[in-house]
Amino acid sequence: MIAPVPIALTVNHERVEALVLPRLNLADFLRDHLSLTGTHVGCEHGVCGACTVRVNGDIVRSCLILAIQAENATVETIEGLSDSGEIADLQSAFHQRNALQCGFCTPAMLMAAQDLLLTNPDPDRDQIREHLSGNYCRCTGYHAIVDAVESTAHARLERAG
Amino acid sequence: MTPGMQTAGLSPLDRPNSYIGKAVPRPNLERLLEGRGQYVSDITLPRMVHAVFVRSPHAHARIVGIDVTEAKTMSGVIAVVTGAELAKVITPWVGVLSHLKGLKSAPQHAIAVDRACWQGEAVAAVLATSRALAEDAAEHVVVEYEPLPVVTNVRTALDPATPIIHAELGDNLAFERKIDAGAVDDAFKRSDKIVDVEFIFGRHTGVTLEPRSIVADWAPGDRRMTVYLGNQAPHMVQNIVAKHLDLEEAQVRVLCKDVGGSFGVKVHIYADEMATCALSKLLRRPVKFVADRVESFNTDIHARDHICRGRIGVSHDGTINVFEIDDLTGVGPYSMYPRTSAVEANQVIILIGGPYTTPNYRGRTRVVFQNKNVMSQYRGVGHPIACSITEGLVDLAAQAIGMDPVEIRRRNMVRDDAYPCDSPTGLKFEALSHHASLDKLVAMMRYDDLRAEQVKLRKQGIYRGIGIASFIEVTNPGAAFYGVGGARISSQDGVAVRLDAAGTVICQTSVTEQGQGSESMTAQIVASAIGVSMEKVRVILGDTDNTPYGGGTWASRGTGIAGEAALQAAKVLRGNILATAAAILQGKPDDFDIVDGMIVDAHGQQRIELNELTRIAYFRPDTLPPGFQPELMATRHYVPRQYPFAFTNGVQASWLEVDVITGKVKLLKHWVVEDCGTIINPQLVDEQIRGGVVQGLGAALFEHCIYDETGQLTNANMADYLVPMATEMPDIEVGHQISPTLESELGAKGAGEAGAAGAAACVSNAVNDALSPFGVTITEIPLTPRLILTALGRI
Amino acid sequence: MKAPAFNYARASSVQEAIDLLSHYGDRAKVLSGGQSLMPALNLRLLAPEWLIDIGPIVDLRRISVESGLLTIGASTRHADLHRSPDIAAHAPLLKDAVAHVAHPAIRNRGTIGGSLAHADPASELPACMVALDATIVVLGPDGERRIPAVDFFVGIYETQLLPGELLVAIEVPKRAAGVRHFFSEHVRRSGDYAMAGLAAEAEIDGDAFVRLRLGFFAVGERPILATAARHLIGRPVTEAVLAQACAALDDELAPQDDHQATAGMRRYLARQLLVECIVSLLGRSDLRTKVVA
Repeated sequence: MIAPVPIALTVNHERVEALVLPRLNLADFLRDHLSLTGTHVGCEHGVCGACTVRVNGDIVRSCLILAIQAENATVETIEGLSDSGEIADLQSAFHQRNALQCGFCTPAMLMAAQDLLLTNPDPDRDQIREHLSGNYCRCTGYHAIVDAVESTAHARLERAG
Repeated sequence: MTPGMQTAGLSPLDRPNSYIGKAVPRPNLERLLEGRGQYVSDITLPRMVHAVFVRSPHAHARIVGIDVTEAKTMSGVIAVVTGAELAKVITPWVGVLSHLKGLKSAPQHAIAVDRACWQGEAVAAVLATSRALAEDAAEHVVVEYEPLPVVTNVRTALDPATPIIHAELGDNLAFERKIDAGAVDDAFKRSDKIVDVEFIFGRHTGVTLEPRSIVADWAPGDRRMTVYLGNQAPHMVQNIVAKHLDLEEAQVRVLCKDVGGSFGVKVHIYADEMATCALSKLLRRPVKFVADRVESFNTDIHARDHICRGRIGVSHDGTINVFEIDDLTGVGPYSMYPRTSAVEANQVIILIGGPYTTPNYRGRTRVVFQNKNVMSQYRGVGHPIACSITEGLVDLAAQAIGMDPVEIRRRNMVRDDAYPCDSPTGLKFEALSHHASLDKLVAMMRYDDLRAEQVKLRKQGIYRGIGIASFIEVTNPGAAFYGVGGARISSQDGVAVRLDAAGTVICQTSVTEQGQGSESMTAQIVASAIGVSMEKVRVILGDTDNTPYGGGTWASRGTGIAGEAALQAAKVLRGNILATAAAILQGKPDDFDIVDGMIVDAHGQQRIELNELTRIAYFRPDTLPPGFQPELMATRHYVPRQYPFAFTNGVQASWLEVDVITGKVKLLKHWVVEDCGTIINPQLVDEQIRGGVVQGLGAALFEHCIYDETGQLTNANMADYLVPMATEMPDIEVGHQISPTLESELGAKGAGEAGAAGAAACVSNAVNDALSPFGVTITEIPLTPRLILTALGRI
Repeated sequence: MKAPAFNYARASSVQEAIDLLSHYGDRAKVLSGGQSLMPALNLRLLAPEWLIDIGPIVDLRRISVESGLLTIGASTRHADLHRSPDIAAHAPLLKDAVAHVAHPAIRNRGTIGGSLAHADPASELPACMVALDATIVVLGPDGERRIPAVDFFVGIYETQLLPGELLVAIEVPKRAAGVRHFFSEHVRRSGDYAMAGLAAEAEIDGDAFVRLRLGFFAVGERPILATAARHLIGRPVTEAVLAQACAALDDELAPQDDHQATAGMRRYLARQLLVECIVSLLGRSDLRTKVVA
């Protein structure tokens, strides 16, 4: 019998301590242990992108990381990014442009889009598509998502002067 | 309700504060944008256990024995249940409908009892305190199988030498339908050119991002079953669950909260979902089942997978004289319950030639059983196939006589002033706009400029193609779809609206939301009809305990049917509010109007706010005239009766480049013009179209459930089953024509499947257009690099 | 699907990792970035008793340049390679190649050591190592072994790594002035595994190759350093020479069928890649049109 292991990490700026089984992946830890169900599980083999979160500032697939590997890490989920206001403009652009339908891909799509905009503030449509191409959306056909990311980039550039 | 009150004070829907036709953002999306939705996979209930199904690794095998001894002793395991044990609490079903004449199928169990008929069929269930522990134990359920002969190839499924999957049915033929209209043989004889080709459509599946998920909660104390399910048709599920678990419908409550994609995949109720309900009843506690992605590929309905020979006869002047098809499809070992697996084939055969005046048509379709996963309705049901065949044949006919593809369509499409009219297959068209739509498309895409560019680039060795596809789409189905065949799947919808004490409108509707915008559409109609802002309207849906009875969201029916019910209910409530206002203000209802939540008089003078009216109605009725009772809730139901379906139409175009060295297709641009009648929210319509187009593009280029000859699905994961991703998809421009149906006051028809209907057809036509200098024609999808390179003779 | 149960050990130093590996032998798998291991676990394709996590070993995530040699720690991530000025300056082929590996979220976790030790024949980085004539440095209970990349890859998911050994670093010769590179792959969708790919490095004198290393991937059981290059070295490349090289290439490939491409298609695509590579490296677009099928 394999025993649970203690871990300590920071999730959305809160210190979290928990006992986890080694096999528990970060997505399931966030969802089942912390009730942060905005991180979605779509394939569990790292392809659909729905479980994308930030670990130590980098976007990663949380289904491909063990919770135990996040020891001492800083994890940010969609709930955290929403509460901090960091992506409020991006969320608003998605809303205005109807860049989400069922919403299941949306938290991860926002994560990936914000990641792009942090590193490339003025991406063209092809670059947006390329950066988001690890995130599957079955509803929108992507066009509206690309529009929303593009308009957010333009608005941020304008604000930055 | 006093007669005459219903229309009192009605203002037209296009008045200044109307939301009809406005691209307002959908309400209540913050929840989803912040990751705070509630999908079924998010639900946890006290004492809930997790179900994992042991699934057959064989496509066809007798279950000789199941040894659960070891599995039952494993950590966290609550129970291990076989099909035979579960059959004591749930009855089997047969997926047939009486109006699909001759359709047959065999009894299907929630969990296979003595025989597994496809790879992935459940043969036992393990229930444990976590999904992981249940999976651990499932590995230790020892099933002894005796493999049986496998039927996989549809072309030989009806051969006498092929084993019969269900011996009691006599053969592997599930359904056959023939149509013979006009004088087909004569029409071919007088045709100058005849094109005869075989079309092949790959089997694909919906790949909803949220896998199918269910929590079934049998509460023994209440003797009630609450089913949390990501589903499009809660009342259908209520009926089926009750029927097979020996419950009254009133004992079953179905709740559909946020749903992570549906597209028809979730309009069905699956054997494993039924099993989950039965397991909850058996264990007397909540049971959760969330399909993993491999299970999704193996058990979510598949679709398409047709082989169809098509012929077209055309005269030199471009007149299309005749269409003929012979269609064959394999649908798995059972006809899906309760909507059956014959509908796609039935749609194919009736929709061929839809946009054209061609009076001569002969068709046959055959649906056969095979040992593969079940097939059934997925977005567009039959339309993409019928459109690809029709439009593929039309393009080939144009090529045969040397005519431009736009020109041949103009010469043969039903004139926009010819309606109402019937098709050769008996479809009744109220009002379509093929010519106006094509004209608009040609202008949007700058067709002539593209042709010039194409010619120029060809000289540089760059092969671009243009593909056009016109289509008709079945929307707003009445009882003709399911009800007349004996299925208890409602074709009507109901909407209840009430004005609460705070002056807010609560609206309960029987349609459901999976992201299409049902909630927004309903709120826009109700707010407009009553005269309040959308923020004052709260829409409740997806709960059989708390909504009127109705069909749900599928077959492009939500706006056309439930939207009309919402309009009529809101009009009644508006009349009742005005009657109350008249009673308070001592006037006649006709003297007043509601504008932005305020009762105004004939001069536009603001009189009282709605929350003042409700204060009086609910808390000071003593001040109202004697005998006057405010009725601040109203319900209306609606179903179209005059036409069995409200047909829509549209046309799409694709502009793409084929790399003749690598066989890769690059989609450059896609255009759609569609006519769904009255548009409630143009942004939502556009996004439905775009989403549907990309599902069609996926089918055209990427998606394919690949089975081997033993019936193994060999690419049941997201790395090997290729879905369309952002990089490969084009921008999609959408335009509209508007031909409202006169059957309803709203005039709305459906838009949910138009995108999927024509997208693959355009891509096929465009690829063939691009490859025309090589004399190559490909009539198979997906159009993989391998297929293209093979056709080009390069590999 | 959820991963089967396993024990977890965190190694804080290379020595500790080697000790753990020696102790558990075949019962253990090394967890690096986890971007290949975790999907396999989640699909229950593997059921190791132990995972030995080398992620915490800080020393393994580094890129250093010393006298003609670029040393890349095994835990260096794809994203690190992409961002590194040293990689851009001294091994630009790697920078180009990692952009083709999956997607940003994967590249943020996936490591070079993990990719090489996993030895998926359709992966980009093993072929790059072969083309760059890299040396794979492994440590085991018996000390260090330095294995040329061309020898390191043995078969599908098979390398020369012995049980108990850990891949710790990769040494890549710094690129000399005037050296050119080429990277291209044919995929169904952006970020997918390749149907065929080519990573190449070359030295050119005038109109002829002095040195040409062609690392093909997804066209055999392991990355292939194509000896067909010999036909192209030391002489002006003509249509006939290129055709000869293509024919020779065909003989040394051993591709397999899969869902995306047949063996024959892979051979075909490899030939196209070779042509494209030569066209690109020599700037000879005239060769493209002549040698197609």
